[in-house]
Amino acid sequence: MLDQHRDYVLRTVEERGVRLVRLWFTDVLGNLKSFAISPAELENALEDGMTFDGSSIDGFSRIQESDVLAVPDPDTFELIPWGEPGSAEARVFCDIRSLDGTPFEGDPRQVLRRTVKAAHDQGFTFFIAPDIEFFYFEQPVKGKKPQPLDQGGYFDLTTRDAAGDLRKQTIRELEQMSIPVEYSFHEDAPSQQEIDLRHTDALTMADSVMTFRLVVKEVAASQGVHATFMPKPLWSVQGSGMHLHMSLFSGDENAFYDGGDKHALSPIAKSFMAGLLVHAAEITAVTNQTVNSYKRLVPGFEAPVHVSWARNNRSGLIRVPIAKKGNPLATRIEYRSPDPACNPYLVFSLLLAAGMRGVEQGYELPEEADANLFEMDDPTLAKLGITQLPQSLSDALQAMEQSELVHDVLGEHIFEWFLRNKRREWRDYKTHVSQFEIDRYLRSV
Amino acid sequence: MTAASESNEAGMLAVFADPVTPELARSLDLAGYSWKAVSSVDEGSDSEPAAGWQGAIIDCTADPEGAWAFARAIRKSDGSQVKVLVLVGGAQINDLQLRDDLFDDFCLSPFHPTEFEARLQHMLWSVGDDGAPHADLVEYGQLVLNLETYQATIAGRPLDMTYMEYELLKFLAQNPGKVFTREILLSRVWGYEYYGGARTVDVHIRRLRAKLGEEHASLIATVRSVGYRFGQSSWGN
Repeated sequence: MLDQHRDYVLRTVEERGVRLVRLWFTDVLGNLKSFAISPAELENALEDGMTFDGSSIDGFSRIQESDVLAVPDPDTFELIPWGEPGSAEARVFCDIRSLDGTPFEGDPRQVLRRTVKAAHDQGFTFFIAPDIEFFYFEQPVKGKKPQPLDQGGYFDLTTRDAAGDLRKQTIRELEQMSIPVEYSFHEDAPSQQEIDLRHTDALTMADSVMTFRLVVKEVAASQGVHATFMPKPLWSVQGSGMHLHMSLFSGDENAFYDGGDKHALSPIAKSFMAGLLVHAAEITAVTNQTVNSYKRLVPGFEAPVHVSWARNNRSGLIRVPIAKKGNPLATRIEYRSPDPACNPYLVFSLLLAAGMRGVEQGYELPEEADANLFEMDDPTLAKLGITQLPQSLSDALQAMEQSELVHDVLGEHIFEWFLRNKRREWRDYKTHVSQFEIDRYLRSV
Repeated sequence: MTAASESNEAGMLAVFADPVTPELARSLDLAGYSWKAVSSVDEGSDSEPAAGWQGAIIDCTADPEGAWAFARAIRKSDGSQVKVLVLVGGAQINDLQLRDDLFDDFCLSPFHPTEFEARLQHMLWSVGDDGAPHADLVEYGQLVLNLETYQATIAGRPLDMTYMEYELLKFLAQNPGKVFTREILLSRVWGYEYYGGARTVDVHIRRLRAKLGEEHASLIATVRSVGYRFGQSSWGN
């Protein structure tokens, strides 16, 4: 099997005249990293991996030896559609290994592999479909407010829709790179877009999200436009989220579906949801990893604030969409807090692990919160047992630090590094004096 | 004796005829084929190019016995995948009977140059445009899969696929008209060790259709509550 994969890759490189093969991997913060090799080196790389110095990669650094191996995953080999004609390029995602061949503990892809494997050992496959929001802006100028391309709103078909053309081209390239798109439309805010991807297994989807962000930015840049996944680029309008639709399959059966239940939810679905709710605060530092993320998680902009679930209440953390025609395969839950600036490998790992913890330990799902939670005062919420998501990166880090679950899923190396790195980010932010403060206090005090 | 056009580098045709008529030579030259006249089985193997013959044209009108012997020799030679076009006179049609294994197509002689060229082109097309005589091809309509190079084209446009997409398309195209359940596809294409589950099949079918493009996406049909079928149903519905 593996030999044939390798053969396929090598022959394709030869037949299609590929000049450059880009080895892709992801750092702990979710940035796509890449180095290129010539086709002549590819066979060797597939066999033994390519050695590189990991010390300059965020979250890879170790005190002793810093060399690691990038081992291409031939399943992910694909031609890049935006290369110049006549000099084709290809990309392949890599697993990072230590020189002795063991999985490198700083590699987010290995974290997800491990977590997916654990669920599989219990008979489950984890499927994810993300709805990814982002903004198009004119090329940013330092110190100036971001300039949207249009003033369109939700589902608007704006005239001379520059963004629409960008979106169309983006979708074409995504489909060419094996990333099927379900829907795309203009979102609520000016110049805000949403592209919904079709479900696939978690590892493939994490790779797809990495590719997605690059394709969106590449296509925009080719037209002189800047695409951003910043969670809240404009203070007055809604931010960009990455809602995740999730389901667990056991063979062909959707383990979340139960026709006999009044909500068509199986006991597994309910305890999985309970697991997500119980551990929501602990994993928020990873699902929402920037200072800016918490400016999206505020009331009034369709982002979740409370740790709750409902079938048709978009203010909750988990929504249970009503499946079309009661289709068992389409039964799923939607986790709404993550933003597209996250590291998808780590986020998918934590969501799966939190849900599975609920399943393993038979967590009890609390009552559905179908009222508008934003209209309730704190005592009422407390009586219902509804808490809030962390209010800042600092709060989230505090919750994460005490989490045994997050520690076990990420592993010591990433857990420690992440906390250290993000504490530094918070410290830098905390000491910064913002324009808001100048405007507000300079004259009045 | 050798006439050749510089423009066609694709491959060399063996022409067994006694003699090569001016009409035949002109037709081949105008169509841009490289060819060599050979007058015996031995000469045929001696002058065979390193890459092998791309095809053979055998004129049965003057020396039928020698011509059929030559055809038999070509079929017996290594690889034996050289495509053969025979030229027969109107009275020789009956000679074709029971010799189906010795030729791929025939043309009545004297021939109409346009027909001759079209038949030749069609015969050689199916061995691949690089003229590689041993290429292992799977074809369906405008879809061509080259099993040796792992490359696929639809209406002449190359398809860029991941390995599993390629394997799935190959399996389907090799079994046109048959309906497969997701489980069968999973076990035959992925093997049992794969743990994506049957949903993986749906995901890959969706990706394949996207890559085939709107015009050709219907090559893969969904058979409700059963699975998938490639191409037309063998029952004609």
